Amino acid sequence: MPVTLRLKEPPPVPLEAETLTTDATALLSHADIRALPVNLGKRQRRLDDFFDVDGERSDEIEIHGDATRVKWIGRGMTRGRIVVRGNAGMHLGSAMKGGAIVVDGDVSDWLGAEMTGGSIHVHGNAGGQAGAAYRGSLSGMRDGTIVIDGGAGLEVGMRMKRGLIVVRGPVRDFAGLEMKGGTIVLAGGAELRTGAWMVRGTIISLMSIQLLPTFSYACTYNPTFLNLYAKQLASLGCHLPLDDHEGGYQRYTGDTCVPGKGELLIWKPRA
Amino acid sequence: MTRNGVTIVDTFAEAFDMRAARVVITAASPKWARTAAECMTGFATSVIGCKVEAGIETDVSPEDTPDGRPGVSVLLFGFDAKGLSDRLLDRIGQTVLTCATTACFDGLPDAPERAAAGGLLRHFGDRFQSSKFLDGRRYWRIPVMDGEFLVQETFGIQKAIGGGNFLILASDQASALTAAEAAVDAMRAVRGVVLPFPGGIVRAGSKVGARRYKKMIASTNDAYCPTLRGRSDAMSALPDGVNAVLEIVVDGLDRGAIERALAAGIHAACRAGVIEITAGNYGGKLGKHHFHLHARLA
Repeated sequence: MPVTLRLKEPPPVPLEAETLTTDATALLSHADIRALPVNLGKRQRRLDDFFDVDGERSDEIEIHGDATRVKWIGRGMTRGRIVVRGNAGMHLGSAMKGGAIVVDGDVSDWLGAEMTGGSIHVHGNAGGQAGAAYRGSLSGMRDGTIVIDGGAGLEVGMRMKRGLIVVRGPVRDFAGLEMKGGTIVLAGGAELRTGAWMVRGTIISLMSIQLLPTFSYACTYNPTFLNLYAKQLASLGCHLPLDDHEGGYQRYTGDTCVPGKGELLIWKPRA
Repeated sequence: MTRNGVTIVDTFAEAFDMRAARVVITAASPKWARTAAECMTGFATSVIGCKVEAGIETDVSPEDTPDGRPGVSVLLFGFDAKGLSDRLLDRIGQTVLTCATTACFDGLPDAPERAAAGGLLRHFGDRFQSSKFLDGRRYWRIPVMDGEFLVQETFGIQKAIGGGNFLILASDQASALTAAEAAVDAMRAVRGVVLPFPGGIVRAGSKVGARRYKKMIASTNDAYCPTLRGRSDAMSALPDGVNAVLEIVVDGLDRGAIERALAAGIHAACRAGVIEITAGNYGGKLGKHHFHLHARLA
């Protein structure tokens, strides 16, 4: 039985709840979970000041209510499952190593930033810097999977090194900025400067996007490795076209101003 | 013991410890997957002469391959992990990498011992190669002239058994061949085994060493050569009426797979024209795996 948290009312300022992880709740009694420290602004408070808590000693957490102002949920978690029945705040799943997070609503910035494992599925929209590196950090996401059913903000996958990000809706500028590896799938296209300064890695766009002039066209083909991703994405409800009869992927390499060995694969349906 | 009038000799097949790898080859069509698999398993009949024994295990449907394309599963057997690892590199590099549209995946993902065949083969990419890491496994993408060759970085190697066998002693060559073909068809339906010889059948059965040529590792199995019956220097083991012998050799991933294959093969081989079915062994002194024929048919 999961530990159920019901938000009494949205906090007036962001609530920093980095203790709210499955690793913690798996070991704690009901009283200890209620007493978990959270920070409202600069003041330390108890978790039950903001949430009604049910259950104990479970590595599953279910959060109800509009947690848009609740930050750092699932930070560094290694196992279990968090389900957010509503929206979630910044830094959801930041640095997570394992387990799964599912959000029914929207999430804010820095979703899964610098995560190294596990999976996050957001049914709504995400803010900027999903899977990205924090400012001053060399590497963003290093493994794991982020799936966003809606759109996403700026700098998705910035400096990511490994792992998979799938965004089914539109993405704003600088997707894959300074990317070092991994794969980003943009099912709903992207705005400007996609892949800027990318060194390695793959950005797949299923819609035509505006390219930087520092990317060079290579060929149109259907790479075999995409079949592996297609199989995985199919289980997440995302279709990756692969059929030669339907079209092919235009391969662009860059960003040559770095110079980079990254690739942009842009699906082009057969006319 | 008799089956369909065929005498089953109360003896056993003697088999040996080996190491095995399973490679799943996929391609744009079943034809090209099988072309690569047939090339990969060519000249791989005996580990003594070919350094590896290999065969096609089964066709794999697109639903069951890693990349959703038609595939063929190949089993390769070697004396040790190092030797098998070298053969994997040679054979994937020369026969799968070069074959149009193919990709190559590990078929033993749970095997703890790993051969880095794909990780070495990537050097063919001359630093134009790239990799993808998905679900804890690394795949190398090597640029080739029809696009990219995708190969898994490591291949699992596990303990296995090689040299399970039985001999079909028949009244004539045609009867021996018909029975052997039936046995091969039945044994190829068993997963986890391959029959490494041409068409799954051996006509040149061998004995260890040679009587007259000291340096020979193996020489003709004179006891089962019909043309040598009656010679004073050849100890024929052939019953009266036997004029042709064919052998089936089977390598398998585990004892159970070989037992199932032997049972299926012997049952299928018991047909008109076959006089006796026996097995090759060295008195139990060389191989620790003994497959008693009567136990297989019990």
